[in-house]
Amino acid sequence: MCTRAVSTLAHVLEQAGLATVALVSNREQALRAHPPRALYADFPLGRPLGRPRDPAFQRRVLAAAFALLEAPATPVLVDFPESIHDRVDEPLSCPLPPRHDPRLPPAVDEALGLRPAWERARARMGGTQVGRVVGPDAIPDALAALVRIAEGVPWTEAGLPGDLPALLMDVRCYYEEAALALSDHVPEARAAESWLYRQTETGALLRALHAVLARSDPPFPGMYYVLPLSQLPPGEPPPF
Amino acid sequence: MGADETLRSLLGKTPVPEFATTARSAAPPLAEATVAIVTTAGLAHPGEVWADQSSEFRVFASDERELVLAHNSTNFDRTGWAADRNVAYPIDRLHEMAREGAIGAVAPRHLSFLGSTFELSAMRLDSGPRAARLLREDGVDVVLLTPV
Repeated sequence: MCTRAVSTLAHVLEQAGLATVALVSNREQALRAHPPRALYADFPLGRPLGRPRDPAFQRRVLAAAFALLEAPATPVLVDFPESIHDRVDEPLSCPLPPRHDPRLPPAVDEALGLRPAWERARARMGGTQVGRVVGPDAIPDALAALVRIAEGVPWTEAGLPGDLPALLMDVRCYYEEAALALSDHVPEARAAESWLYRQTETGALLRALHAVLARSDPPFPGMYYVLPLSQLPPGEPPPF
Repeated sequence: MGADETLRSLLGKTPVPEFATTARSAAPPLAEATVAIVTTAGLAHPGEVWADQSSEFRVFASDERELVLAHNSTNFDRTGWAADRNVAYPIDRLHEMAREGAIGAVAPRHLSFLGSTFELSAMRLDSGPRAARLLREDGVDVVLLTPV
């Protein structure tokens, strides 16, 4: 969806006297929206510069984008000559903590066991993306609330600490940041996503949560945010 | 088919705002131009939230690095951003280019909108023009637009 907004802003800014170059992630939308100067890169969504921690590659993308300022006519849409694809079907291979406290739900126990890895990731990154609703200390309790919903407690009565879509993003970021510390390289796009949703106890919980919320009463209004489209059960239509 | 290819196909036919013409503004040579980033990544300062479907924008100083990708969409990779902010907000690359003389200067302020906002009229008629005025006040010549 970002290409719609990027293209709109390109038109608006250019009308106001600013020259623009736009990286666009959806070629079909860009063709119809015709921003003045656009570089389409077939890169993973979320990585418009292509390769994290690869300054030379990022500079090549920027050079291609700024070169559009020399185009004799607008609109101009150019394809970056290299492609990078997501690895949604190749989950990251990294270790999971052993079961520590069998009295706890597996997802809660697992999240507690991942805390040291998450701490290492935060130290390396100098910050965290966790904190929309809860910080890392409250992730286990948040997962316990999700367990209650998966076990049949209505989502309105499960003691959620805040907005459920934002809470689910906190859980995802906690796991994906831990994965960065557990892996010796930056994972390919969506490899950590598939590790979370397909290989961890919390992933199993989130899939169970999705199944329960899909038939909940009152209906849960944010099904779009429960599972990524790429992790929906086979045959399930997208929730938009 | 990869996950992103599926999404691009599904969203490719989404209606886009119509512009009868394509404006074109001149810029000085890049080596003399002041460059700003405007991203639609939904960036925020730590602790800030974005209202869903917001048409507003956030402002970031050129030396700010503690940024949060507050966009709640589940449908794009986040580990790239977690590992290196420059993969969506290439502020360090711009500073390198300025030091090398490839661009004239890095603008003092940079902006983020929320790219998942479906109704774009307010961005087109209100917040977008306000953003343009802010950038022009800062002497910006060229804007690099980035999605996620």
